[in-house]
Amino acid sequence: MAVTVKLPTQLRDAAGGNAEVAVEGATVGEALDALFAQHGELRDRLFQDGELRRFVNVFVAGEDVRYLDGLETAVPAGGELTILPAVAGG
Amino acid sequence: MGATHLKCRECSTEYALEASFVCNQCFGPLEVAYDHTGLADDPAATRRRIQAGPQNIWRYADFLPVQQPPAPSQRVGSIVGLPAGCTPLIKADRLAERLGLGEVWVKNDAHNPTHSFKDRVVAVASQRARELGFDTLACASTGNLANAVAAAGAALGMDSYVFIPSNLEEQKVLATGVYGTNLVKIRGNYDDVNRLCLELSGEHENWAFVNVNLRPYYGEGSKTLAYEIAEQLGFETPDRIVGPIASGSLFTKIAKGFREWLDLGLIEGDVPTMSGAQAAGCSPVATAFAEGKNICKPVKPDTIAKSLAIGNPADGPFAIDLARETGGTIDAVTDDEIRAGIRLLAETTGIFTETAGGVTAATLKKLADRGEIGKDERVVLVITGDGLKTLDAVRDSFESYEIDATTASFDQTVPTPTKVTV
Repeated sequence: MAVTVKLPTQLRDAAGGNAEVAVEGATVGEALDALFAQHGELRDRLFQDGELRRFVNVFVAGEDVRYLDGLETAVPAGGELTILPAVAGG
Repeated sequence: MGATHLKCRECSTEYALEASFVCNQCFGPLEVAYDHTGLADDPAATRRRIQAGPQNIWRYADFLPVQQPPAPSQRVGSIVGLPAGCTPLIKADRLAERLGLGEVWVKNDAHNPTHSFKDRVVAVASQRARELGFDTLACASTGNLANAVAAAGAALGMDSYVFIPSNLEEQKVLATGVYGTNLVKIRGNYDDVNRLCLELSGEHENWAFVNVNLRPYYGEGSKTLAYEIAEQLGFETPDRIVGPIASGSLFTKIAKGFREWLDLGLIEGDVPTMSGAQAAGCSPVATAFAEGKNICKPVKPDTIAKSLAIGNPADGPFAIDLARETGGTIDAVTDDEIRAGIRLLAETTGIFTETAGGVTAATLKKLADRGEIGKDERVVLVITGDGLKTLDAVRDSFESYEIDATTASFDQTVPTPTKVTV
């Protein structure tokens, strides 16, 4: 199941300059693993001790996965997964 | 300027003083770092220099991340932009008496150009934006920031784009649109607005989103609240601050302001006990604090305190750390308590605050009722915005008399105290 991962500007240098990467995966965790298989450096930028870093937000269809099932959150085929820094606003 | 670089709060990676807000390595927030060597050598001289400064936040320019205050004149109020700050600190004896407290002061930041503390942060962010060559201001806002950015754009002759949730209070929408900004209402809550602005900020490189790519500079503007409180108390710190928490930025920067001046020997005392205030309908920080955690689980806001309705607070973890370090508290109050808080402050001080101030006042009452505040404590209540912006909160909350224009009608209808004859 193809999923599009949208990357913020801060991560694009670690992903060959791409703003979007197409991967396979049925859950957020699987999609991210597939992303790291292509661009290994991203793993340490996004994860610490096997968890999403506390200042990393991941959205599926505009919803923060922390509201949903975290890394187990299902991603529909053809869906979008957006990674953004948590620190903004207020 | 005293600012030397940006530094990640999480991993200490350093960056140049440019328009970046998040660490490329760990996504931690960037903060401005300073070298204040020289200012500590002669604290009395530094204090005199501050006191001889203009009657606005630029009297603290040495402690702000700008090359220089806005030209042409930093000496008077009539400088470029909207001079923010130097708002009243009022001793609220009747409020203290009502709550059974010893000494309460109210820092009334509704006295700013667009009637909220946001003029402070926008003044700093927009000046830095000009220095960095940006031509457009933008923001994600719960209302008050929208007012401040739209007004600053008009004052500075910069285009502006203001993004708000579509369900904001009418007063805040009207008081933004009047400045001729590009007002964009998003069908969603503040966190949706914020997410969109994050995405847009990556694509519009000539836009200074004051609370996204300019966020490190923006946040520093909030320190001026601490500087003013300390200066107004005679260069001393209060014992406790009670202030609102939305993203947690204001709350943590107030403490940073006190710390900086304590480190430089400009003021006496300790970092105050920090008591945070949230609305029960949007209390991710208060909830995490109560549960002993330091990560805030995002919530969907449902409260009349829309200016505090941030369900996914960026600086929540730092606000929690700060409250714990200073022996402080973070409480949440219901919508009814917020309305009562607005009334309490209005009746005892003559200050009419918006719902965020109602949250703060209600939290002070809660702390007082709980016996949390010592009799000898000097408490400062931080009121961040004006009641005229959230009129619905007081609608139908009191009765009035409607009479004919005759003394008979007055005597018949309006009760008056019995006349005492001597």
